[in-house]
Amino acid sequence: MTSAIDVINVSKVYRRYARKRQFATLKSAILDGSLLGDLNPDETFQALKGVSFSVPKGCTYGVIGRNGSGKSTLLKCVAGITRPTQGEVKVDGRISALIELGAGFHPEISGRENIFINGIMLGLTKKDILRRFDEIVEFAEMQDFIDAPVKTYSSGMYMRLGFAVAVHVDPEVLLVDEVLAVGDQGFTHKCLDKFAEFRRRNKSILLVTHSLDLVEKFCDTAHWLDHGVTKGEGDPKRVVAAYIIDVEDSEENALAKAESTRLAAVAKEITEARETALTENTEVSASSVPSGEGSASSEESGPKDGFKSEEGRWGTREVEITNVTISGPGGDAGHVFQSGEAIQVRMDVTSKEKITDFVFGLGLFNADNVCVYGTNTNLEEFQPTEIDGAGVVTFTIDKLDLVEGTYRLDLAAHKADGYPYDYHRLLYTFRVKSRIRDVGIYRPDHKWTFGGGIKISSR
Amino acid sequence: MATFRNLTALFRYRGLIQTLVVRDLKARYRGSVLGFFWSFFNPLLLLLIYSFVFTQVLVGAHDKEMEPYALFMFCGILPWTWFSSSVLESSNTLIAGGNLIKKVLFPAEVLPIVTVLANMVHFFFGLPVLVGFLIYYQRPVDPVELLWFPVIVLVQLVFTIGLALLLSALTVHFRDLKDLLGNLVQLWFFATPIIYPMLQAPVAMRRWLNFNPMTHIMISYQEVLFFPGPHGHWKWLMATAVVSVVVFLAGYFVFDRLRDSFAEEV
Repeated sequence: MTSAIDVINVSKVYRRYARKRQFATLKSAILDGSLLGDLNPDETFQALKGVSFSVPKGCTYGVIGRNGSGKSTLLKCVAGITRPTQGEVKVDGRISALIELGAGFHPEISGRENIFINGIMLGLTKKDILRRFDEIVEFAEMQDFIDAPVKTYSSGMYMRLGFAVAVHVDPEVLLVDEVLAVGDQGFTHKCLDKFAEFRRRNKSILLVTHSLDLVEKFCDTAHWLDHGVTKGEGDPKRVVAAYIIDVEDSEENALAKAESTRLAAVAKEITEARETALTENTEVSASSVPSGEGSASSEESGPKDGFKSEEGRWGTREVEITNVTISGPGGDAGHVFQSGEAIQVRMDVTSKEKITDFVFGLGLFNADNVCVYGTNTNLEEFQPTEIDGAGVVTFTIDKLDLVEGTYRLDLAAHKADGYPYDYHRLLYTFRVKSRIRDVGIYRPDHKWTFGGGIKISSR
Repeated sequence: MATFRNLTALFRYRGLIQTLVVRDLKARYRGSVLGFFWSFFNPLLLLLIYSFVFTQVLVGAHDKEMEPYALFMFCGILPWTWFSSSVLESSNTLIAGGNLIKKVLFPAEVLPIVTVLANMVHFFFGLPVLVGFLIYYQRPVDPVELLWFPVIVLVQLVFTIGLALLLSALTVHFRDLKDLLGNLVQLWFFATPIIYPMLQAPVAMRRWLNFNPMTHIMISYQEVLFFPGPHGHWKWLMATAVVSVVVFLAGYFVFDRLRDSFAEEV
């Protein structure tokens, strides 16, 4: 099988914005034909670093990666819009690049005329366009507006028309940059059908996308770029899985960082509040100093009020929650979990003296601050006897039946009547990941069964 | 050599260039009431203004043999307008077409060329006005001499395209050019015998004016369309033709060298 696209060790260096050096580079650009000839490394930005791959004819090749990983630069190099600084790109056959749809449209003139101009820009002749004109208009679903000036089009119409022209150029190689979000569901399906047709006709597609589903479903090979470097290439399922794990890791780091800053901020607030309380009113006994945000209100609205959404920490600290970890099935502490996995919330608590009236509670909230679930040891009819010194409380969920999203936790230790010892309000965040794009909050354990004349199979 | 190869590729873009010129012309007057008639009215109004100034305000600023002075000036102003608007518009054309250069595989040199050609079509639309005035003033034009007209247009076309390529490419890197050019073109206008005949310029100045390619293009128009007698300036015109080709090649060379930077700098 011959290849349609060969990318050989391609690197691309961009110039950082450095005005003062412009003269030197312009001179070198004209005389030596090199645009980066005499730039220092700190004036440049390397978008691609030695990327190589080849796309066989009739193959759909997906490129994934985070924002800024060099995907679009790669596509532009393949399209010939920019030239790689090093390395070589070989493309066999006519290219059509769906990088920006309708890029050449002139707003003042009609859709009909723009189809012709756009088609000619993409390399068709007038005759070709005339032959495909009706097909293009029909594909774009634009029959009623084709003679109106393009400036009157909605953005969806504009994109659809651009897409329709670009795919009817009948290229050997189609380059697609994240443009499938151009229409409603119906139009997206039409686009995908068009891609499928391309494949059947042994044409090649290079697809840059954030839609991992699309890569898994449509691509024969996936390529994962990270900061301009190839991180993985091969079977889409495998590459996508590796990519997801990597993204989760970094999300994990981001959440951990956010949480530590939040905890630090709360801790600071508490010490400050304590100091002011002490200086303002020296008679207040240590045990009744409610810290955190305001005294009276927090005590009243303390643990019972599950709808108070501000995060924070308050309580007397007669019983103190000193450390909290959330961990997944492997026992490793983390912030990103798969839906359906087991998770464990562990609180390290300590009390300065023997206390007999205590309740441990937990509340789970989603990103909209809807209480998903709340419980405590009192409600579940545990009878406290005593706590003295350090202890550990563990709350285990065997199966995390939540849909994908971000969730936050309340953790508390308080008296049976609600008097707070230590209340942690929405201080712990974790993400639930799921391969299934279902909606809502709770995913009851379920299964589908079909009978009679229904033929259905899972994908 | 790569430059030369690209240059030959230019020929393949003629369909694209033609389409874009038509689009430019269509889009320009879209939405205006008079539409295409502006191509006639603009030069006509320009002619009326100059006639008024030089026959009513600045009376006697010129020799008797230069009558009708308005017609004399019009022979130069009409092609000059083509030249000046081409130069001014083309300096911005790559930046304005940035979307095409960045997002589509598009031969960038097409853009300045289209600008020059679209302005040339406007120039052609102004010619009937000129013809009308030639008839009005009863100034017969020697048909043999008129054969020079397309040659002059061609020389001006090559020269203007060369300049447009150079300026459009440089403006991408030096946006200052856009503002500077307005003044430079104004200066160039007065440094070219358009509203005054070459013969009225001081002898010391004439030597310098001869270095200006536009001088010879304008004098040629005037010789063919205004002054009676054979086209005596043709040797200068031929020299200017050579200069034009050199300017074109130089402009194209610079453009081609800077081509790769457009997608990043625009």
